[in-house]
Amino acid sequence: MYTVKHYCMASSLDEAYKTLQENRNNILIGGNLWLRMGERRVNTAIDLSGLGLDTIEETDEGFRIGCMVSLRQLETHEGLHEAFGGLFKKALCPIVGVQFRNCARVGGSLFPRFGFSDVLTAFLACDTEVELYKAGRKKICEFAAMPVDRDILTHVLVRKDHRKVDYRSFRMTETDFPTVTCAVICKEGRYSAVIGARPGCARLVEDVPLDDPQDAGQRAGFARKVAAGLDFGSNMRGSADYRRDLSCRLIMRCLEQLEGEVPGR
Amino acid sequence: MLISFIINGKQAKREIAPDTILLDLLRSMGMKSVKCGCDTGNCGLCTVWLDGSPVLSCSVPAARLEGHTVTTLEGLQEEAAAFSRCLADEGADQCGFCSPGLIINVLALEREIEDPDVNQIKEYLSGNLCRCTGYQSQLRAMMKYFGKSQE
Ligand SMILES: Cc1cc2nc3c(=O)[nH]c(=O)nc-3n(C[C@H](O)[C@H](O)[C@H](O)COP(=O)(O)OP(=O)(O)OC[C@H]3O[C@@H](n4cnc5c(N)ncnc54)[C@H](O)[C@@H]3O)c2cc1C
Ligand code: FES
Ligand code: FES
Repeated sequence: MYTVKHYCMASSLDEAYKTLQENRNNILIGGNLWLRMGERRVNTAIDLSGLGLDTIEETDEGFRIGCMVSLRQLETHEGLHEAFGGLFKKALCPIVGVQFRNCARVGGSLFPRFGFSDVLTAFLACDTEVELYKAGRKKICEFAAMPVDRDILTHVLVRKDHRKVDYRSFRMTETDFPTVTCAVICKEGRYSAVIGARPGCARLVEDVPLDDPQDAGQRAGFARKVAAGLDFGSNMRGSADYRRDLSCRLIMRCLEQLEGEVPGR
Repeated sequence: MLISFIINGKQAKREIAPDTILLDLLRSMGMKSVKCGCDTGNCGLCTVWLDGSPVLSCSVPAARLEGHTVTTLEGLQEEAAAFSRCLADEGADQCGFCSPGLIINVLALEREIEDPDVNQIKEYLSGNLCRCTGYQSQLRAMMKYFGKSQE
């Protein structure tokens, strides 16, 4: 169980950032679900909930999502649902339960770059940038590969670009952490895939050739090529080989879904 | 630190430590329907409403309550009676430990979604773990409560 000495309801991002840099044991607090399970002795917990960062703004070009938006807000947002064909609902619904997703926030879910993250997998499947208070805007791929430092993730920007995306995850039991997460993207006839929980952090594999998506053999070849470009590891949820096989299977199912061969789940 | 908030329709003021968790605050105020079943954010037994939405009180920092509204099952007794009957009729309250968390979550579903379909019902049910029933009797109770056919 963690302990907290001081609680700072930040009145500006500037104050939050300054307080964060003052002491190694000052931390930002999102939904607090992950944090509170640790043993940290927190000096100052910095709360961003008074800064209006809990909204999703939609324009013709895309979405601007505040870091204190809950996972439940993401999964129930009609604009996101329309733009990405239920991607966020498919990705987020298996995470524990509705009450949990009302608590968990976008910032706390993305910033730690958890290997198992359905949230990171879903955002990698879109044309996404993150806005960091100090480092500025970064492409989500670049952000995913950066070391976790002491910046503040303030917003996530997602562009509407008419892509089609399907999402699958494999879990040993419902609401467990995923063994593998998978998204396949089709944009202007070009195909890419994201695989997460390898168990390392989710990765985007872009523009893998797939001339005829109606051809089952070519779909299997696409899946193998994606998997070949990634490293897989073993842990209590599965071995590297098992994860590689699972990834291929999930990629093929996503492709079938995108090509309209099977009815939706 | 001093916080003021509304609990079950009444204004309250409390002195809390910076790391007080909502669950502990509510229990110290006598709200014993709110229980800690896991302490890892998994079981749903600590569910309360924060500004009308169901949340896990075992994770919410009490310091965040300032100016907000909390509702526990103690404040929903009348509303809870009908679903409690469905649970009993379907044999879904075996040891009964998980029932308060499930009941308040089902009442939240009723408020959020007018006519939930079976998937929406299951989605809500999945946030409440139960060691006894295997969930079928609870699912039947929810289907009955929302007037769904059981086929
Ligand atoms: C039991 C359990 C099961 C889970 N299962 C899954 C799952 O199946 N799939 C999945 O994808 N995820 C899962 N998660 C992770 C979950 O979805 C959240 O991502 C996680 O709880 C963190 O979100 P939070 O809002 O609670 O963040 P917190 O716990 O508050 O914070 C997490 C970290 O992020 C930092 N932080 C918070 N906000 C910011 C910000 N704006 N900028 C920079 N740093 C910030 C905090 O300082 C902290 O280090 C699970 C978590 C738990 C506890
Ligand atoms: S005690 Fe809060 S989810 Fe179990
Ligand atoms: S009835 Fe015993 S835990 Fe659910």
